[in-house]
Amino acid sequence: MTGTTPLIEIKNLTKTYKTGDIEVKALYDVSLNIQQGEFVAIMGASGSGKSTFMNILGCLDNPTSGEYLMEGANVFTRSKNELAELRNKKIGFVFQSYNILPRTSAQENVELPMLYNSQVPAKDRKEKAIHALTSVGLADRIHSMPNQLSGGQQQRVAIARALVNDPVVVMADEPTGNLDSKTSYEIMEIFQHLNEKGITIVMVTHEPDIAQFAKSNIVFKDGKIIANELVKDRKNATELLKNIATLSEDKATT
Amino acid sequence: MRITNLFKVAFRSLSRNKLRSFLTMLGIIIGVASVIAMLAIGEGSNQNIKASIASLGTNSIMIFPGANFQGGVRQGASSIQTIKVEDVEAIAKHCDLVNYVSPVDQKRVQAVNGSENWSTTILGVNNDYFTIRSLSVTKGNSFTSSDEHAAAKVCVVGTTVVLNLFGDEDVDPTGAIIRINSIPVKIIGVLSKMGQNTFGQDQDDIILAPFPTVQKRMMSSSSYVNSILASAVSEDQITDAVDEVSGLLREKHKLAPSDDNDFTVRTQSDISNIFGAISSVMTILLASIAGISLLVGGIGIMNIMLVSVTERTREIGIRMAIGAKGRDILVQFMIESIVLSFAGGLIGIALGIGVSELVAIFGGWPVVITLSSVLLSFSFSAIIGVFFGWYPARKAASLNPIDALRYE
Ligand SMILES: Nc1ncnc2c1ncn2[C@@H]1O[C@H](COP(=O)(O)OP(=O)(O)O)[C@@H](O)[C@H]1O
Ligand SMILES: [Mg+2]
Repeated sequence: MTGTTPLIEIKNLTKTYKTGDIEVKALYDVSLNIQQGEFVAIMGASGSGKSTFMNILGCLDNPTSGEYLMEGANVFTRSKNELAELRNKKIGFVFQSYNILPRTSAQENVELPMLYNSQVPAKDRKEKAIHALTSVGLADRIHSMPNQLSGGQQQRVAIARALVNDPVVVMADEPTGNLDSKTSYEIMEIFQHLNEKGITIVMVTHEPDIAQFAKSNIVFKDGKIIANELVKDRKNATELLKNIATLSEDKATT
Repeated sequence: MRITNLFKVAFRSLSRNKLRSFLTMLGIIIGVASVIAMLAIGEGSNQNIKASIASLGTNSIMIFPGANFQGGVRQGASSIQTIKVEDVEAIAKHCDLVNYVSPVDQKRVQAVNGSENWSTTILGVNNDYFTIRSLSVTKGNSFTSSDEHAAAKVCVVGTTVVLNLFGDEDVDPTGAIIRINSIPVKIIGVLSKMGQNTFGQDQDDIILAPFPTVQKRMMSSSSYVNSILASAVSEDQITDAVDEVSGLLREKHKLAPSDDNDFTVRTQSDISNIFGAISSVMTILLASIAGISLLVGGIGIMNIMLVSVTERTREIGIRMAIGAKGRDILVQFMIESIVLSFAGGLIGIALGIGVSELVAIFGGWPVVITLSSVLLSFSFSAIIGVFFGWYPARKAASLNPIDALRYE
């Protein structure tokens, strides 16, 4: 490690949920650095604290204690409005359940973050939305409503929405959790392309298969990080999809 | 954050949820429309009652025999006879605060013209009666004092009587001789049309004849009078005039200081007080119904807003997750509810006015739409609409984005 500031520095993070008299310690003293340009997959059993960690990382939730620096600047000391700005401009968050607005076209869903960003002029909105949708392979579904789209397509709309304000980091909590494996690979292809362009990616998954597309894997157990290692045989989604395509072609010809 | 963007967000949200938008507006529409219509009907009948009372003559004083006289309506038998013709003459002569006075004898009669016959009311009065009640004669003339002295067989008729005896109310019946209870009487004039009063009585279904004519030829008694109609010189002096008349009548009837009056004096203002009380009861009743409608409308708005809170809280969570600030959410919801409340309010005003007009046209009921009812109902609904649009949004916007997203 050289002296460059990490994109994300987490120090001694804890989170305790209180429901009535019951206290659940979801995170114990978690510390982690993520460098600019990394592609991290967070693994772990269900209930190990992955989502809790991601939500705090994405500024969607407050920690119980700890420190969080992004690009060297403190995050937890910021006001609600400053956090909203951070989510709007620096972070693109992708959910397992897509969380796109119902009865709202793909284009309007993708335009939404720009409506809350005063730096995007009104005249550029449509063009940027179409560009983002094109980059996730939805150029032909711009006017479709969510109920006319498959799960994979809805997740692509969500990814386009996460990308449209040019964030420095995309955070995704089980983005492929509701998708079949081929569609999951397609989502991974998008993430790998984004990562090649320099966008940092932090992704939660419980599927070891999907974690192989990342550059490094972090493993959570009972609210603690128990492993942080580089991926040895990293998979390339584009190649994998090509193989699947030729395989099915072979099947079709034989 | 530019406000134009928030308008865009708000309008997209409204058009995306047309049913919800419509139901929210419906509560406001019903609330506003029913308040306006109710109060228009209430105010209409109020003013109608006032006009009817005013038509009795603003300064008029009525004197009836007997002490148990209530609400201007005779209670019990007409056998109580305490007022004499001389009393009328005495009032005319001695009461300085009374400028006009007329005896009134009233009787149901059968009027016949050829083969037509009609049951109506005849009033025996003098010429002052016309002045006090502001009656005017359109065709022919009213009777003269010589007609009175001679107990001449002449009369002035209302248009309903003309219609029923001559087949058409535009006929000029002056000079015709009709039979009233078999007595031939000449029509010398027609009263100008007055229409119905508040109580639905046809004020044109009447015959006026000189008092002596009625008293001598049609009534059983010749010295007593059914009632007296008088008027005070001015509205301010009505109470003094009443005292003056009462004093005179007590003296004439030789009542001891301990005796009760054997007559009742009512003024136009007594009667208007009675009906004023009736009409304010009615206004309160209508206002309560209107208030309940507003409340029901308000609860409707509230329900829709609260029912949609689950869906909307998730929406708010999504918006906050992609960078909306708390105040962006609040402004969006304010715009949405203001638009709905105002649109609903305007439609409600139009509907309320429409319903009132229909009641006026088809129900024959007088309606008066007041600005205050429009303002009251509109602002009440707008406040409810905006409050219940804003309140759940405020709660949701204060949540962490993740809690709003998880809201169930
Ligand atoms: N909102 C919450 N309230 C109370 N407990 C919670 C809440 N969210 C998560 N937990 C608890 O915190 C622990 C970690 O949960 P989570 O971060 O969702 O795990 P993962 O995403 O790894 O499955 C679990 O024991 C879970 O029950
Ligand atoms: Mg999880």
